Amino acid sequence: MDEKLQPTLDALGERFSAQQQKFGAEIYLVVEPGQLVEFCKTLHDEFHFDMLSDLTAVDYWPAQEPRFHVVYHFFSISNGIGIGLRVPVPGIEPTVPTIESVYPNANWHEREIWDMFGIYVEGHSDLRRILMPFDWEGHPLRKDYPLGYEEVQFTFNYDQIDKRKPYAKE
Amino acid sequence: MLEQTEVTLEDLKHLVSERALEGETVLLNMGPQHPSTHGVLRLLLELDGETVVSCIPDIGFLHTGIEKNMESKRYEQAATMTDRLDYLNTIGNVLVYCLAIEELTGLDVPPRAQVVRVILCELHRIASHLVWLATQALDLAAQSVFLYCFREREHVLDILELVSGQRMMTTYFRPGGLWRDVPDEFEDTVRQFIEYFPARIEQYETLLTKNPLFLERTQKIGVISGEDAVRWGLSGPTLRGSGVAFDHRKANPYSGYEQYEFDVPTASSGDVYGRYVVRMEEFRQSVRIVKQALDNLPGGPSRSDNRKFVPPPRSELGTSMEAVIHHFKLWTEGFDVPKGSVYVPIESARGELGVFLEADGSNKPYRVHYRTPSFVHLQVLPKLAVGHLVADLVAIIGSIDIVLGDADR
Amino acid sequence: MGLEQKAGDMGIVTVGLEEAVNWARTRSMWPMLFGLACCAIEMMSAQASHYDMSRFGMELMRASPRQSDLMIVAGRVTRKMAPVLRRLYDLMPDPKWVISMGDCASCGGVFNNYAIMPGVDEVVPVDVYVAGCPPRPEGLIHGILTVYEKVYGEKVKDWA
Repeated sequence: MDEKLQPTLDALGERFSAQQQKFGAEIYLVVEPGQLVEFCKTLHDEFHFDMLSDLTAVDYWPAQEPRFHVVYHFFSISNGIGIGLRVPVPGIEPTVPTIESVYPNANWHEREIWDMFGIYVEGHSDLRRILMPFDWEGHPLRKDYPLGYEEVQFTFNYDQIDKRKPYAKE
Repeated sequence: MLEQTEVTLEDLKHLVSERALEGETVLLNMGPQHPSTHGVLRLLLELDGETVVSCIPDIGFLHTGIEKNMESKRYEQAATMTDRLDYLNTIGNVLVYCLAIEELTGLDVPPRAQVVRVILCELHRIASHLVWLATQALDLAAQSVFLYCFREREHVLDILELVSGQRMMTTYFRPGGLWRDVPDEFEDTVRQFIEYFPARIEQYETLLTKNPLFLERTQKIGVISGEDAVRWGLSGPTLRGSGVAFDHRKANPYSGYEQYEFDVPTASSGDVYGRYVVRMEEFRQSVRIVKQALDNLPGGPSRSDNRKFVPPPRSELGTSMEAVIHHFKLWTEGFDVPKGSVYVPIESARGELGVFLEADGSNKPYRVHYRTPSFVHLQVLPKLAVGHLVADLVAIIGSIDIVLGDADR
Repeated sequence: MGLEQKAGDMGIVTVGLEEAVNWARTRSMWPMLFGLACCAIEMMSAQASHYDMSRFGMELMRASPRQSDLMIVAGRVTRKMAPVLRRLYDLMPDPKWVISMGDCASCGGVFNNYAIMPGVDEVVPVDVYVAGCPPRPEGLIHGILTVYEKVYGEKVKDWA
């Protein structure tokens, strides 16, 4: 973790009363969903973090409060430092506001967290499924969604599985 | 399961212009199977004659669920799945995964391994740009360039086969260094390659760079300004073609890149031709880096000797009891990575490739997320394509250099 | 001094109808471009000049299914892509053959999860499976020659 980042973290933490939490060797700022858009505008205009690197989510099931952490990473091209944010979101009706107005490339990233985790993004211009077929049910990257693997055919169960396996006809 | 459900215009009303709803413009599907879409990409085009009014990309036809699959495998097993993401620059995916594990666990990487990592990364960059040049030229009907580029690529794949035994999916980097040391012929083979390759770059340039047909088809097509490019999160040659000189190898160097002297080429036009010029110059800079790295190749071990994470060599198993115990533990349970999360970006051939790795102290990754450049670059395609002809759209898709395995994961 | 000698002098050759038809079918089989993922790059390498596939009659790859005979499914097939694959197979005119190239198309490969179809033979009937991840271009050429051997054994009434 860069030492140049520490004064930025302190200034932001004071202004928005956001905590600094250590995850291994990296320090993340924990922000409430309500303050998120304001925070991103400040990051972009005053502190020159002009590029959104990554927007993703982590599922901490079976913990319910909070169940998800939406993780944001920003990068500053002029200063050469990167910063990370975490937004804790509850498990029942998870929502997070969109930051599309500040960083336009958050559009597809937010569609992806809706598709994979079921986190509703408020104010998004076009929230539809992006990677799965549009009539798929369920949100695959949640921890309570099964992996969906098929049983491996060894010699002892070859014929049993073969009977159930669908083969194509002409 | 095999019946197709229809996507009606109702779902996409907010994305097309009003003229489509009145029937003035035609809605055309440039389907997942198409010779010029570089993979399975589906584009819904709204056309007014031959001009594109709006364009809606539809991805997900190659979504492999790699991120979820990696959560159920141990760390070393999951490394083999990372190759299949961006299949043209396979070593970049493994490198960024290993860098993330090394940062979380504090593993050291010996200098010889770092230099070999740089050499192989740059050779992969050359191979990936060769495929880009071949397919872009093929789409613009210059078929001989396709044959020339694949001839060079065979030489790079021969080097990879010499080192690891596999042409494409090598998984040659492991946490702590390399899988095994490079053979003795490696240095001579790479030196032979970088001696005759600059002449081949000249050959491609004489075919394309001043060709009036190529210039007509690529200048002033798909223009994006530098400021817009940064806001939309572009990176790599796509960003440098618009004048912003930003390269992760210079901004936050990894794996010893700060020791080498190289330039970061940029172009100021921001169109398809600008990105072509940037990538051609990157060939030469990569050759420069490989030459410097080869001249300074140190001796020494090729992998860390921290036995908690790296298996002992087989020769030790006959004599040392600790070696047998470490070997047993690593083969049955794998190594544990302490709790924490990290985001590591590198400069791959396409742009900024980053991995977000969250570990919870067990021997399986808790959450792995790859931030891939093709996913981010495809978002900006509707903006670039408005007002151009369908034939120009093909040139634009080639110039942003997408690989659908990268975009869909 | 037989019939063949006399007929040969006049420029007449006798051969079975099936042999002639099968010979013509193999010597000009056109594959359909169905490269999905990594195996597609090895298919392109096989088409390029080092491992030339046009010496086997596959001078070009047709993108349109209406003009091709052989479908090489190269790469992993997801559940979203399966209906598209079946539709393209149905559009190809008879006689047609399918090669499943690579591990992912034959059996699901390295992946075993909710998104990948475990083997493309659940969607289209496959003639030859080529193993490898990705198979070397020589491996693909061996698979194509195996299809040719299969074609030599076919009867005309199979496709009539």
